[in-house]
Amino acid sequence: MKLFKQTLLAAAIAFSTAGAWADEVQVAVASNFTKPLEAIAEKFKAASGHELKISAGATGKLYAQIANGAPFEVFLSADSKTPTKLIEDKLATADSQFTYAFGKLVLWSSTDGYVDANGEVLSKGDFKHLAIANPKTAPYGAAGMAVMEKLGLTAAITPKLVTGENITQTFDFVSTGNAELGFVALSQVQQDGKLKSGSAWVVPAEMYQPLAQDAVLLTKGKDNAAAQTLLDYLQGAEARAIISSYGYDLPETTPETQ
Amino acid sequence: MLSPSDWSAIWLTVKLAGLTTLILLVIGTPLAWHLARTRRWWKAPLSAVVALPIVLPPTVIGFYLLITLGPKGPIGQLTDSLGWGTLPFSFTGLLVASVFYSLPFVVQPIQNAFETLDMRLMEAASTLRATPLDAFFSVAIPMARPGFLTASILGFAHTVGEFGVVLMIGGNIPDKTRVVSVQIYDHVEAMEYAQAHWLAGGMVVFSFIVLLLMYTLNRGIRMPKI
Repeated sequence: MKLFKQTLLAAAIAFSTAGAWADEVQVAVASNFTKPLEAIAEKFKAASGHELKISAGATGKLYAQIANGAPFEVFLSADSKTPTKLIEDKLATADSQFTYAFGKLVLWSSTDGYVDANGEVLSKGDFKHLAIANPKTAPYGAAGMAVMEKLGLTAAITPKLVTGENITQTFDFVSTGNAELGFVALSQVQQDGKLKSGSAWVVPAEMYQPLAQDAVLLTKGKDNAAAQTLLDYLQGAEARAIISSYGYDLPETTPETQ
Repeated sequence: MLSPSDWSAIWLTVKLAGLTTLILLVIGTPLAWHLARTRRWWKAPLSAVVALPIVLPPTVIGFYLLITLGPKGPIGQLTDSLGWGTLPFSFTGLLVASVFYSLPFVVQPIQNAFETLDMRLMEAASTLRATPLDAFFSVAIPMARPGFLTASILGFAHTVGEFGVVLMIGGNIPDKTRVVSVQIYDHVEAMEYAQAHWLAGGMVVFSFIVLLLMYTLNRGIRMPKI
């Protein structure tokens, strides 16, 4: 019995010390930022020893999950509205909100030469399906709708719209060729500053509301030091280099830390 | 209460489930008869293929349908060369997917009914100079009535309950592919919980009534004793 107690104690100590220098952070991330976050997670683990547990989804869905008690500690949203709402709802820590990236919208096709450099393919309307993320829940979807509105093409294109439940599914519709083209995030089709495949029109930023993507510390993570470390790390040079290589614009200054 | 787009989703769902059940009764009946009667080597593999949708996650079915029916897939290239276009994001596409997805729920009850059929009755019919087809329609099918009833109800209800496959190949198009289950998901995602409740609660009531109907009617019908 004594031996048992000693083993138990030893195990408890081992666990708690292991916990002290290698914590886990549960991160909810908007689908468009999944790839960069995976790259960041690797570097972050090397730098801090902490591991990220990543759950990706549409911003609106993640909000609903957080509001209903999901165990996420950090939220990387695809907009700035949702983190603000989380703070108002007392589900996130006040003052923890900051912009980690500005998203860029791109009209993309998996076929080479299909989308021209000025996006005139849109007004020609020579396609059967245009994929877009659900504008009610995904900011990139709303941005795509704004672009069509601006071009006066909403009525013409609406019957051809197919809606992905998030930006990843939208990307899948286009990459499998089921939709000839679609509005996706530049981060999904670009790596190291180059288009990975197909053809694309990077939509001029003045055609839609800036896609400021904000991060926030959720109430569930306020006692997890590793969560705060991650938020600081996201504003540091190493993370910023990764974010920019995926085709995001960076915020001018990094508030809080500097 | 229910909005026009909710009603459109309901009507679309009923149309999809009704047509799927009809098609499945037509192709499922000969298939069930064959499976019930054959002793050839392919009985086991064929039964396994029919039962696949019961065990496969809808994501697997949806993923492969998206790829094979798409313009880069073999079936997609075939339908495209026939001038039908590709099937994802269309009502026809959902219909094809639902027929595959609900196949076991129609075939298996009919097959069970055929398996318990007393073959001496079929022989008796043929001594009365009935052709095999004649005997099939006037003896086998009426005797397998409970099986057909269960098959129709399960086929219909299972198609109504379909979600994952539709989400993956439907593209959420109003009046074409936005069925009730997807509409509910949309409401929940947009946090329109009141509207979600109307539809979701309706689904619970519908499903209960359907199953109640099936158990009540099937108890009422007795297989004729010999």
